[in-house]
Amino acid sequence: MDMYIPAEYEVVRNAENCTVCRSCERQCANGVHTFDKDLGKMTADGTKCVNCHRCVCLCPTHAIKIVKSDDTYRLNANWSMQTMNEVYRQANSGGVLLSSMGNPNDYPKYFDKILINASQVTNPSIDPLREPMETTVYLGKKDAEIKRDGNGNLIDTLAPQLKLNMPIMFSAMSYGSISYNAHASLARAAEELGVFYNTGEGGLHKDFYKYGKNTIVQVASGRFGVHADYLEAAAAIEIKMGQGAKPGIGGHLPGIKISDDVSKTRMIPKGVDAISPAPHHDIYSIEDLRQLIYTLKEATDYRKPIIVKIAAVHNVAAIASGIARSGADIIAIDGFRGGTGAAPTRIRDNVGIPIELALARVDERLRQEGIRDSVSVVAAGSIRSSADVVKAIALGADACYIGTATLLALGCHLCRSCHTGKCNWGIATQLPDLVKRLDPDNGYQRLVNLVTAWNHEIKEMMGGMGLNSIEALRGNRLMLRGVGLNETELKVLGLLHAGEDM
Amino acid sequence: MFKNNRSSSPLEGEVRIPSGCAVSAIIDRSGKTMTGEKIIRSIATMHDRSNGLGGGFAGYGIYPDYKDYYAFHLFYNDFQSRKETEDFLNKHFEIVYSSEMKTRKTKGIGNVPIIYRYFLFPLSKKLNNSLMDEEQYVVKCVNRINAEIDGAFVFSSGKNMGIFKGVGFPEDIGKFYLLDEEYKGYAWTAHGRYPTNTPGWWGGAHPFGLLDYSVVHNGEISSYDANRRYIEMFGYKCTLQTDTEVITYIIDYLIRVKKLTLQEIAKVISASFWSTIEEKSDREKREETFLRKAFPSLLINGPFSIVFGFNGGIMALNDRLKLRSMVCAEKGDKAYISSEECGIRVIEPELDRIFSPAGGQPVIYKLKEAE
Repeated sequence: MDMYIPAEYEVVRNAENCTVCRSCERQCANGVHTFDKDLGKMTADGTKCVNCHRCVCLCPTHAIKIVKSDDTYRLNANWSMQTMNEVYRQANSGGVLLSSMGNPNDYPKYFDKILINASQVTNPSIDPLREPMETTVYLGKKDAEIKRDGNGNLIDTLAPQLKLNMPIMFSAMSYGSISYNAHASLARAAEELGVFYNTGEGGLHKDFYKYGKNTIVQVASGRFGVHADYLEAAAAIEIKMGQGAKPGIGGHLPGIKISDDVSKTRMIPKGVDAISPAPHHDIYSIEDLRQLIYTLKEATDYRKPIIVKIAAVHNVAAIASGIARSGADIIAIDGFRGGTGAAPTRIRDNVGIPIELALARVDERLRQEGIRDSVSVVAAGSIRSSADVVKAIALGADACYIGTATLLALGCHLCRSCHTGKCNWGIATQLPDLVKRLDPDNGYQRLVNLVTAWNHEIKEMMGGMGLNSIEALRGNRLMLRGVGLNETELKVLGLLHAGEDM
Repeated sequence: MFKNNRSSSPLEGEVRIPSGCAVSAIIDRSGKTMTGEKIIRSIATMHDRSNGLGGGFAGYGIYPDYKDYYAFHLFYNDFQSRKETEDFLNKHFEIVYSSEMKTRKTKGIGNVPIIYRYFLFPLSKKLNNSLMDEEQYVVKCVNRINAEIDGAFVFSSGKNMGIFKGVGFPEDIGKFYLLDEEYKGYAWTAHGRYPTNTPGWWGGAHPFGLLDYSVVHNGEISSYDANRRYIEMFGYKCTLQTDTEVITYIIDYLIRVKKLTLQEIAKVISASFWSTIEEKSDREKREETFLRKAFPSLLINGPFSIVFGFNGGIMALNDRLKLRSMVCAEKGDKAYISSEECGIRVIEPELDRIFSPAGGQPVIYKLKEAE
């Protein structure tokens, strides 16, 4: 018999405000709210509530709030209620626990322990409202040979580059893990902003080929949806070796999310869990990776940059150095806080390292080896604000990927239930009634708003530091100081402590 | 690193010290030489832009009798460091002439280190065994002395040029080294420093030199650490932590290693804004876009005005927003660069042309024979 697991959250309804319009009932795909005919009022079953706040946001009279349940087991500092519930769940089912979105546990957030500099007196700050302020970034190899034509003019010998109007791209999120309308919103926003979105490992829906010049297509271990036209359509190709939320394992798309359209786009059967292999079965070593990189370059006539995405793991600096020597144009590093549509809970919560530390080490190692120029570095895995972007770039990133923040812009409230496929916000679902709740006209505009706002803030912070070009911020670690960090942490980050002079 | 045991305050290289400054330069493009008297008067006029904590000069064409030899100028803390350095020099170079630098007692100049000058060239056997070219060999030796011999510092190492600098107001430093009597050059640059700390170390004054390149600079670059961490990938070591040092290395790298022209270098370190590049001719657009894309980490951001000296000429360059003042002027074969117009008018009241170069617009004056 299954052990009963008490509700984590309770739905509290203000009876005075509730007009029994039953909006909450219609909005909840989890069936929390029901109308009790006999009592003539709404009731709620908290055990089904994932706390996505859909009903709260759409209640016309603001009659609903969700509160943490105060039901508790006997208090135990070692065995938390959550840990105990997980044991009960596994004893009930015999299965691996699944979770979604980034690691929510209380690990250090290094971005929050880093402070940014500003100019005073000796060096003027620059006013972005009155002076030009540049955030355009080119990603790709910079180690070009200097060659001249017969007249002595310089020849452009650079490898293919990706031009970003601002140092922000949308992380890989597959069609399947998120909805058609979510993808439409991302693609249109990327086009308008002059940046890139990323297909993830779900293939490219035929309707979105028109956004190709703002699209990065992924080649992952399952090779879902990979074919010649797919590679040809993209601006760049990303080989997914790993993902911050689940280093060491492959992708995971529950069968409930594999609709007709998803099945066609991925070229896999409908309704069956799609679990891509942990490694690429043609990549068992670094020289194999080199072969795949050059295979993709050959297939696209060396016209497109190749990105290699890895999860931030303990030996990330040496791995990145190997990748930089293997022909990759761009390395994307995904920290352990990075999001996911579905991952085994134990892996998400216990594997990998923070992006701040991984990024700092990778940038430093590439410089020590004199090869920082042969590759661009993109940081991912919980970039939560423009301040995180500024800090990541000053630590050494060329640009950042944002994922969770984009989903929040589309309505996500981080209920971390993507794997159930019943996203009330129409994002992480394939159920047509739910998908249509996300209007791409509105969604794309909200994404454009978000990134535009961040870009303004980045310019403000740059101007304060006396910088008017984003490339002068990259790797400019003297612009940062750690606060409340120990010596080892400072050493790994390559930062001075707040209060220390230049 | 050079240590000064007399002072407990942090030295150049141990901390990063922001400075304001004055710069000035003169060149006679016909190659006629002049004493340092004019450049001293020019920089003295801008007295208020310095605070007595550093001044210096670079003169070009000043050693015609030894023009094929590297002229090393050294500061020593004591005789021990001199002995160690001379042992090192004897092992790696043929020294054709050496002497203590001629100076005169000058009011306002104190705490004077031992100052020596050597004319030398690499021992051919050592040079051949090093598998380096001659310039790399000399640079390496200079770096070793500065990094490894406690109390010794090479502050000038070019051919037929010399740097003279110290702690004090620049006009006093000029007189101290007898630049107005002892030396005649076709080009001079000068620097008066306004540091916010008091390092009190002679090696920390400017110009900063590497072989025959010298840089005087007014500003505080905001991109310092991005520039430093990039250039250090190519074997340079920024021990002084000054803007001038990193700017010199960047220019050296772009000229000597990358073989870019001075015009192209200006487009790297003081690149036009993308929106400006958009409006240029196809050829310029192509070249400048390429340079910005290829060398993003060598863009020098934040306020600066620099005068770059080299054998055969001088170049003036401002940051892209022109956040520091700098004017250029011409009169016959003579050309002038100065932080302020007064620094030019005081030595040449009647000019053919005077102008304020735009941000990022290099002004290059070369000897006529060199053109």
